[in-house]
Amino acid sequence: MEQKTISEQPVLRRDKSKLQWTWIEMKKHKVAYLMIAPFFLLFFTFTVVPVLLSVVLSFTTFNMLEFPDFIWFDNYIRLFLDDDIFLLSIKNTFIFACITGPVSYLLSLFIAWFINELKPKLRAFVTLIFYAPSIAGNVYLIWTLLFSGDQYGLVNSWLMQLGFINSPILWFQDTDYIFPLVIVVALWTSLGTSFLTFIAGFQVVDKSLYEAGAVDGIKHRFQELWYITLPTMKPQLMLGAILAITNSFGFGAVITALVGFPSPDYCVHTIMHHLQDYGGSRFEMGYASAIATILFMMMVGANALVTKMLRKVGT
Amino acid sequence: MAKTLTRAQKKGDKPKRLNRSAGGDAGIFFFLALFGVIMIFPMVYAISQSLKPLDELWRFPPRVFVENPTAKNYTDLFRMLGDAWVPFSRYIFNTVFISVIGTAGNVLFSSLAAYALAKIAFPGRKFFFKIVVYSLMFNSTVTGITNFITMSIFGMIDTYWAIIVPAWCTTYGLYLMKQFMETSVSDPVLESARLEGASEMKIFWKIAMPMVKPAWVTLIIFAFNGLWNSGSSTYIYSEELKTFNYAISQVVSAGIARAGASAASTVVTMIVPIIVFIITQSNVIETMSTSGMKD
Repeated sequence: MEQKTISEQPVLRRDKSKLQWTWIEMKKHKVAYLMIAPFFLLFFTFTVVPVLLSVVLSFTTFNMLEFPDFIWFDNYIRLFLDDDIFLLSIKNTFIFACITGPVSYLLSLFIAWFINELKPKLRAFVTLIFYAPSIAGNVYLIWTLLFSGDQYGLVNSWLMQLGFINSPILWFQDTDYIFPLVIVVALWTSLGTSFLTFIAGFQVVDKSLYEAGAVDGIKHRFQELWYITLPTMKPQLMLGAILAITNSFGFGAVITALVGFPSPDYCVHTIMHHLQDYGGSRFEMGYASAIATILFMMMVGANALVTKMLRKVGT
Repeated sequence: MAKTLTRAQKKGDKPKRLNRSAGGDAGIFFFLALFGVIMIFPMVYAISQSLKPLDELWRFPPRVFVENPTAKNYTDLFRMLGDAWVPFSRYIFNTVFISVIGTAGNVLFSSLAAYALAKIAFPGRKFFFKIVVYSLMFNSTVTGITNFITMSIFGMIDTYWAIIVPAWCTTYGLYLMKQFMETSVSDPVLESARLEGASEMKIFWKIAMPMVKPAWVTLIIFAFNGLWNSGSSTYIYSEELKTFNYAISQVVSAGIARAGASAASTVVTMIVPIIVFIITQSNVIETMSTSGMKD
């Protein structure tokens, strides 16, 4: 019935209360809800609800077998007061993210900027070279060959031939070397989606802006980058930052593949590993949920902070 | 404001080179060359290792490049795969099945939702898009535990669906598609189609989708890469449900005699996503050009 009134005589917005108006609009666009339904049903089931559920479970003793007991903040108290390895994992995750996040962001940005100076054919080729490690599956395992612990490893043999060392170094077992090595490998695989976003962003900057800038007295390419290119690329810079930050918390699988689990002396034990340990192996789901909740807050907190800072750039 | 590429920009016409010095060009060239070598070296080394005969693999001092290339490591690799108790063809079938169904659902569901979010002014569209943007701020590690519980309730553990169904709703896919639709599908065309009485579904399928080909090509690539690289999953433990990628990484797990085959397996797994990207690069870059986060 409502439907008919709409088609016969237009309903004026001021005749209706806000709620009624919304209801009319919703009915009119029924099909839109049908269109988003498949995606968002799945999205809520596998992304939104899990986040909320893990907050709830983090206050319980759920172990997949017995009915969960509600224990308030006991999981969190245990995490922060009784679990030394967890505190270590927070520290490691934090250092890891603070290095890989900004460095991969700046590397992506500058390499994309440099690549943009190249001719199209060469540009496509160089883009592929930098992007390939991030899509090529577990190709990072080749680093264990380069830094293999015996004399047949390329790096060991070079260092031995040059006389820097006498016996091979066990790179991926020595706690002195693991952390920096893992960071290098993580950075090597990190020129991914945000890098492509920047490549594309540089290409769509309006060329006439550069000519106008030159008239206004821009002298060299750094000024051009700072005063023209970056301000116009702000949307890409924002997205790139979010992707880089989220990514910097997600290198757990790379670390496990390189040094195994648990790592020697837990030297590269991150929150992801701790989560895997309690959730995947010990089935202490309540405790693992508390870890997941903390990880979630770290990621969202870091993103909120950085996007807030980026929004201020140029204002 | 991001815009789609114009024809001239695609060709990269640069009539004049403003504000550029020879010294700066040299510096950039040097920087790119240096980092390019660092990036490509491990991959070149993997290829070289995979072509080395046994005596070259265990020679001291080791050499970067192969002297007498042989395909033996590859034949060894596939012979070992053939000896596994699950037939090799089964792994291939698993990979193809998971990739095809996962990718198809991903592209279809994301495009449908993206079209509605970008082009239909329904109440709540801002809210729905906002939660998608927020969900870009954390990764699947956070939801892993609860998803395991959810999936065991639905009986999805140890079935193909444990991998396929979550792949249907990747937030980044929806985000990209929505941004691209917003700039690339022109509103007047949609309006005139609506006036002629075409249903939204029809407009979506006949008008919008053909206009966003670069975006769904990109979505296909991202979804496919994700699924291809999903070697082993915590949700699947039956050997006969595992993927090619998993099989290939297991078969060569250890042993001196298998060092060459191991390198060969790395090359096989890396070559597929790289070739796919080479073919589709221009589409992907065009899609990414609209991906910026405006607010």
